[in-house]
Amino acid sequence: MSKGKIAFYWAGSCGGCEVSVVDLDETLFDVLEHFDIVFWPCAMDIKYSNVEDMGDGEIDVCFFNGCIRNEENQEIAELLRKKSKIMIAFGSCSHLGGIPGLGNLSTREEILEQVYKKSKSVSNEKGIYPSSSVDEHGNEIEVPALRKYVSALDDVVDVDYYIPGCPPPTDVIKTAVLALISGNVPPRTEVLAPNRTVCHECKKEKRDIAVKEIKRIYQLDDIDPKRCLLEQGLVCMGPATREGCGAACPTANMPCTGCMGPPSADPLSENCEQGARMISAIASITDVVDEKNSEEDEIKAALDEIRDPVGIMYMYSMPKSILKRRRKE
Amino acid sequence: MNDDNGGFEPKIVGFLCNWCSYAGADLAGSSRLKYRPNVRVIRVMCSGRVDPLFVFKAFEKGADGVLIAGCHPGDCHYQCGNYKTMRRMHVMKKMLGQMGIDPERLRLEWVSAAESTRFVNIVNDMTETIRELGSSPMKSEADCDE
Repeated sequence: MSKGKIAFYWAGSCGGCEVSVVDLDETLFDVLEHFDIVFWPCAMDIKYSNVEDMGDGEIDVCFFNGCIRNEENQEIAELLRKKSKIMIAFGSCSHLGGIPGLGNLSTREEILEQVYKKSKSVSNEKGIYPSSSVDEHGNEIEVPALRKYVSALDDVVDVDYYIPGCPPPTDVIKTAVLALISGNVPPRTEVLAPNRTVCHECKKEKRDIAVKEIKRIYQLDDIDPKRCLLEQGLVCMGPATREGCGAACPTANMPCTGCMGPPSADPLSENCEQGARMISAIASITDVVDEKNSEEDEIKAALDEIRDPVGIMYMYSMPKSILKRRRKE
Repeated sequence: MNDDNGGFEPKIVGFLCNWCSYAGADLAGSSRLKYRPNVRVIRVMCSGRVDPLFVFKAFEKGADGVLIAGCHPGDCHYQCGNYKTMRRMHVMKKMLGQMGIDPERLRLEWVSAAESTRFVNIVNDMTETIRELGSSPMKSEADCDE
C-alpha cells in the first residue's frame, strides 16, 4: 500500500504551531506509518520549487499555519492549495487571523513607520523602509511585500477543515489526525474541535454572583483558585470561546484569552463574533452597587479597567469579525 | 452618496423597546408629529435584547448610525434589561472608537411611552449629528485588500 503525503507550512506565525505538532509524541509515529512528510520548511531542507514540481492534488493533507500577512504567504497558500487534496487551516492565525490580525488596527504604513522609524531602539536617519526590490551589492533582490491587511487563510484560498487554538491543543490535533488516517472524515469546512464553550470544561465553581467592578489581574490581591475567574472580576473569555483545550488557562488561574475562537453555528451570523458575545457576558455579570441610582459614572468606574476591548475580546479573531479592521472616519 | 453635501441622507437603524420607546414612537405617529424619515425602526422586546452583534451587523450592512431606545432607568418592564444595555454601551462605544467608527454614531436614549416629543427631538438631533459626521466609514470598501 502506498503511503499518503502530508505537508506542513508556516506563513505569518510564530512557530508555536510547529512545536504543537512535535508535541504529538508517539502519535507522530502512527502518522508516519500512513503518511510521508513531503514538505515542512521548519524541519526539512526543501525548496518551494520542489512543491512546484509536484502534480496537482499530489499532497493528501496540508496543515497550513499562520496568517496571510505578506505576498509570500499568499503565494504559497495558493500553491499549496493547488497541490493538496485537503487543506487544513491549522491554529488561530490561519483559522481567524490570530494575534497578528490585531495588526489590522493599524494601516500598513503606520506599522512600517512605527517599526522602522519611530521605535525608540531604532535609528533610521536616512528613512530607509523595506521595499519589494532591494539593491544589495549590485544584485537586485526581491523581497515579499507586506499586504495592506492581515487575512485568514480562507480569505485567500478554499479551506477544507479548521483546527483551532494557539497553538492547537495536542488532543484536538490527535483526534483530527486519527480521524483523517481512519478515513472517517467529517463534513467539509468543519472546525475539528468540540462545539461548546470553555466554561463547560472549566472545573471552577460558579456561584452566579455579580461582580462590582472589572479588574486587571495585577490588581487582585489574591486569586481564589477554586472560583470562577469572571466572578472574581477578571475578563475571562471562556463564555465566548470554543472548548477543546481542557480549560488549560483558567485551571492555571489565568483568564482565557479566547484562542480557540468562538463556537460555531451562530444562528445570526457566519461571522465569528467573540467580542459581541463577551460584551454581553460582561454586561450580565457586572452589577453596579446601587442599581436604582446607577448613572453613567458608576458604570464607567466599574468597566473602565477594560482599557482595550478590541485587543482583549478580538485578540485572535479580528480579521474574521464583522468590523474586521480599523476604519477611517 | 457623498459626504459633506446636502444630498447625503443618513440611514439610522433604531432599536426601540416594545414597552416604552416603541409606544413613544407610535404616539408621535398618532399625534401626527413630523420628524426626519431617516430612522428605520426595529421593535425589540427590551433594549436589553439588543445584542452587540445587532449593532455591528447594522454598521456592516450600511447603517450610518444606530439608535437604541429603551425605558428610563428603573422603569424596565423586565426590571434590569436597560441597565445591561447601559453597560454594554460603555464597552461597545470604546470598541467602535478603536475600530475608527465615531462612537457618536451609536446612541442610547431613554424614551417613555408618553414622551413622543422627546422621541421626535432625538431622531431629528441624531439625524443632524450623523449628517455632519458623513457617510459611515464601514461603507467605503475601496481600501480593501489589494
